[in-house]
Amino acid sequence: MLDFDTTTALWWAVVASGIYHGVNPGMGWPLAVSSALMTKTGGSLLRALVALAVGHLLAMITILLPFSALLVLVQWQHEIQVAAAVLVIALGVYLLINRRHPRFLARVPPTRLALWSFLAAMAHGAGLMLVPIYLGICKTIDTNAGHAAAARLITGDVEIALIVAFVHTGAMMLSGGLIAIGVYRWLGLRFLSKGWFNLDVAWALSLVLVGVLALTVGHSA
Amino acid sequence: MNLRPDPTFYPSPRMAMEAPAETLAFTLMLSPDGAQPDGLAVVDVDPKSPTFGQIVHQVIMPNTGDEFHHFGWNACSSSLSPLSGHAFLERRYLIIPGIRSSRIYVIDVKEPLKAKIHKIIEPEEVFDKTGYSRPHTIHCGPEGIYVSTLGGGGEDGTDGPPGIFIMDCETFEILGRYEMDRGAQDKHYDFWWNLPRDYMVSSEWGLPPQFENGIVAEDLLANKYGHSIHFWNLRARKNVQTIDLGANHQMALEIRPAHDPAKDYGFCGVVVDTTNLQGAIFTWWQKEDGTFDAKKVLTIDPRPEDPANLPPLLQGFGAVPPLVTDIDLSLDDKYLYVACWGLGEMHQYDVTDPMKPALAGKVELGGIARGAAHPNGKPFVYGPQMVEISRDGKRVYWTNSLYSTWDDQFYPGEDGGQMVMAHVGENGGLTLDPDFYVEFPKGYRSHQIRLEGGDCSTDSFCYPNT
Repeated sequence: MLDFDTTTALWWAVVASGIYHGVNPGMGWPLAVSSALMTKTGGSLLRALVALAVGHLLAMITILLPFSALLVLVQWQHEIQVAAAVLVIALGVYLLINRRHPRFLARVPPTRLALWSFLAAMAHGAGLMLVPIYLGICKTIDTNAGHAAAARLITGDVEIALIVAFVHTGAMMLSGGLIAIGVYRWLGLRFLSKGWFNLDVAWALSLVLVGVLALTVGHSA
Repeated sequence: MNLRPDPTFYPSPRMAMEAPAETLAFTLMLSPDGAQPDGLAVVDVDPKSPTFGQIVHQVIMPNTGDEFHHFGWNACSSSLSPLSGHAFLERRYLIIPGIRSSRIYVIDVKEPLKAKIHKIIEPEEVFDKTGYSRPHTIHCGPEGIYVSTLGGGGEDGTDGPPGIFIMDCETFEILGRYEMDRGAQDKHYDFWWNLPRDYMVSSEWGLPPQFENGIVAEDLLANKYGHSIHFWNLRARKNVQTIDLGANHQMALEIRPAHDPAKDYGFCGVVVDTTNLQGAIFTWWQKEDGTFDAKKVLTIDPRPEDPANLPPLLQGFGAVPPLVTDIDLSLDDKYLYVACWGLGEMHQYDVTDPMKPALAGKVELGGIARGAAHPNGKPFVYGPQMVEISRDGKRVYWTNSLYSTWDDQFYPGEDGGQMVMAHVGENGGLTLDPDFYVEFPKGYRSHQIRLEGGDCSTDSFCYPNT
């Protein structure tokens, strides 16, 4: 019942969420600008971007892989999807109620951007946002695969998890990187204070939205 | 919480300089004998306003005996780093500690002319949660609001060393001590940092028994006041290096790092050299290997004076020491202002080369055994003391009181509080504005000044100048 369009849409969702995370200053691109300005070299901008991306990628993998393992339980696939969607909604609601930023993030030294990026992504549920999308993609593949052997299914799901994480992080790094380079080269720091919007509420609502979509659209599909 | 960063948060010092000029100043008023409650004066500094140079609002506290000294904002430009997660705070509250009472007031100045008390933290809470007393300097930084203290625990504040504690920047809860490893640090005064380079520098005045009832001449002559500066790994909260400026360099007070975080140096003012009564400026810097060094780059000589004209404390020396009690650096890191509270002079040094300060301007006002009058003909009690520079670097404001009991020793019989302003010339130089002269209400002295929207000793920047 899942057709080509659904799969394509889900992959686009992976890319879109990457762009969404990338352009959000709270996920780190201003730190790349700061690095470049501190050393007066574009190289440090790239290094900072890579560090931020590595941290983000690890956070995505850390969240997605346990779900790949769960997918072994093929007969529970639907329940897993529902549980994941509920989890994402719960986190969104929690972030709506508790608007405080975790203070431990401020303890991470500016030299350890990968660690900071990892912790920031974990704390804000950036990886969790991907889970319903990922599970949706797995469902399409598994359905197409029909009665493939369980072992192959697991490998397949792990592969998809990694691809989802890479594609998402790639989109994140590219979009955040473009803004960082733009600000460093042309736009100037004024863009930082003018173009930074408080996305806390929007972020929490997007978590809820992704969860609700997974429950409704995913279910009907 | 704002939807956009507060417009008074500036990514770089240069952008702060380009912001609109200040129209209001906040100045602390203290009652030296505790006869009246201390207060916060809102001063009109807009030359186009009919009330220019007047106090347009006062917030008077409900307690007496606080002794207001330094204060600061709940949030500043340091919030613009994603690392802090506080980009959407408002610059709205002034945190005012009483250094005698250890009480802390949080004043809401969102509507400056209706500024009001938002929260009071009682001394017991400070003692219980930190083991420190006599809170002093306020800076907003990565983990919230950092407060330096001058005293440890116990009645006289000598039970354990003083240090820094952290307050939540939204709820103003005291969270606890800053230090994980204080190393050799056993006295405290000022502190500031370089945020991207992740270090902090702190300084030393003396322990409470050395200042609360007046300067202790024997301790000074025995070089027992602070004379070291400490370098910290800011986020690891560890003292990584202590530099002793030399025991004769008594009272290393204000720490002024270059505002541009790409620059890797800063200054520290030393009140008095006990070998020759000179005041001094040290420049400190971070070396290639990450360790720090410091060097004396400027000395200011005492002025010989007939002992008959001197207060008893100084008669034996036959000279007026400069007493470098406050320094402040303009946002372009070009001019360092040095208050010589004893001489009664405000000096302006060009520190384009931080190792070679060059005198660029000077104003004489007040002073021991001199008492130079203001251009408007009125007296200026004591000498130039707490100095604050406008963001654009064109105006310099200062007040006159150092610390209640010390005022009385160095300037016996005098009393009063004034705030003045000087204009900075295109190529340096300093000229007092004859029309700006704030006389504080009877019985009040004045101390630190904060300017609306940030100034040169509050904001720390996360991004270098471009």
